[in-house]
Amino acid sequence: MAGTTIKIGAEDNNKRRSATSVMPSFFSQTPVSNPMGTEANATQSSRLLDYGVLEQYLGFRVGDSSGISQSPRFTSTVDGRLSSSDLHSQAFNMTHPSTSTLLPGSQAMQFHKSLAPMPNIVSASSAQHENWGDSNMTDSSSHTDTSTDVEPRDKNLQFEMGQSAAVVISDYTDKSEERTQDQKTQRRLAQNREAARKSRLRKKAYVQQLENSRLKLTQLEQEVQRARQQGVFIASTADQSHAGSANGALAFDAEYARWMEEQNRHINELRTAVNSRTNDAELRNIVNNVITHFNDVFRLQGNAAKADVFHILLGMWKTPAERCFLWIGGFRPSELLKQSSHQAEDALSQGMDALQQSIAETLATGSSGSQGSSGNVANYMGQMAMAMGKLGSLEGFIRQADNLRQQTLQQMHRVLTTKQSARALLLINDYFSRLRALSSLWLARPQE
Amino acid sequence: MERIRDLASQKAVVIFTKSSCCMCHSIKALFYDLGASPAIHELDQDENGREMELALRGLGSNPTVPCVFIGGQFVGTTKAVITLHVDGTLKQMLINAKAIWF
Repeated sequence: MAGTTIKIGAEDNNKRRSATSVMPSFFSQTPVSNPMGTEANATQSSRLLDYGVLEQYLGFRVGDSSGISQSPRFTSTVDGRLSSSDLHSQAFNMTHPSTSTLLPGSQAMQFHKSLAPMPNIVSASSAQHENWGDSNMTDSSSHTDTSTDVEPRDKNLQFEMGQSAAVVISDYTDKSEERTQDQKTQRRLAQNREAARKSRLRKKAYVQQLENSRLKLTQLEQEVQRARQQGVFIASTADQSHAGSANGALAFDAEYARWMEEQNRHINELRTAVNSRTNDAELRNIVNNVITHFNDVFRLQGNAAKADVFHILLGMWKTPAERCFLWIGGFRPSELLKQSSHQAEDALSQGMDALQQSIAETLATGSSGSQGSSGNVANYMGQMAMAMGKLGSLEGFIRQADNLRQQTLQQMHRVLTTKQSARALLLINDYFSRLRALSSLWLARPQE
Repeated sequence: MERIRDLASQKAVVIFTKSSCCMCHSIKALFYDLGASPAIHELDQDENGREMELALRGLGSNPTVPCVFIGGQFVGTTKAVITLHVDGTLKQMLINAKAIWF
């Protein structure tokens, strides 16, 4: 019922029809008075071309009582919303209760335009016309006779025939025009869509490329910077085998730099808090922040170690002076807390030594005495495989060392009071920043 | 599984290791340094090594070695041990298990 609303009203004739239409119609209540067909022709207000056509048609159809051949049904184009059944039912509804009041000659059709594109209206109304014609045929014969508004039958008939033919043809042509119009529109829209989609994809690809080259650019910049720092000239291209680790290493460097800045900010906060003797709770807050911030860097380090273990192990991201005091990828925990961490530190150190020794052994044996070249190669491969496995445990060591550092920091925090912790953190930070300053001074010293 | 439990309750400190693992070496060093004398079981020297390893993994030890038991109780792998050590808990546990006396 949503599709078409047909309202039948009797206008000019005094017979008012009680509305059997089911819905209010938006569309123009073009009260088309069709007292006769011809007059309908002339007087109709054609908002829609079809509408007008329909009007005519309807007027004629209704007036006819002699079963003129029906125009073909255009039911095929009726879209789902205008179901023929609806029309049927409506038609029946209309004719049913008030056949007596039904005036064939005067009817107004109103269509719910918004739902039905033009061809459909045409078709629907044609279908309706069918119905009307059908239902009216049986009933209207009497009406036509009695109606005062109907023109003389024969004239009507002739006119109607001519008109209906014309109407049919115009229906068809309209329809086909509509059809092609529609097709063209559809095609155009589809093409538009395609074009839009393609351009979106292209844009995405372009953006990807841009991102990649941006990344490469930052990498190059960092490389250059580091090279300048170390006074070494680095070859411009990094080949693919190094690319992965280089990426990881450089990414870590960048993240470490960022972490440093944040750390500085926290430390400044801490310093002002300590100097201004803020209350305990706040101080504790800040200290906690600093400690958790440390955790962040340890996590970062752990991730980076997975990507490029040697970068971390050798502390490439730290300043040269810091590297002097390096212990398994970072500072010695025992510098912070002597006793407990010392033992763990020693244990880990021993483990590291053992690892290095075993790697050396693995690589050393096998160079002595082996028969045939194939034996050599197999040996070599086996060796390498073993050495690879051992290198893998390097990462484990770094992780444990970082864990130790982290735990030591926590422990220190636990052992000391808040104020002491705050001062301790400041001290640590001072120590490291002085170390870094030493490093840069050293690098910048005038070369004799 | 049973074998694990069995071995773990035989001594105050029991460590399951592999001869090829250097982290095990570290942990061993740590315990020696503390004064305990742990019982070391090398899984790659044992004929039931594979299933013992699986049992250890089932207990939640990842990586499976080194795996430490103190007083028959599952302690864990390197990370756990170091964490416990730094805040002094490890020492206390050893004392409780009578592996060390001070």
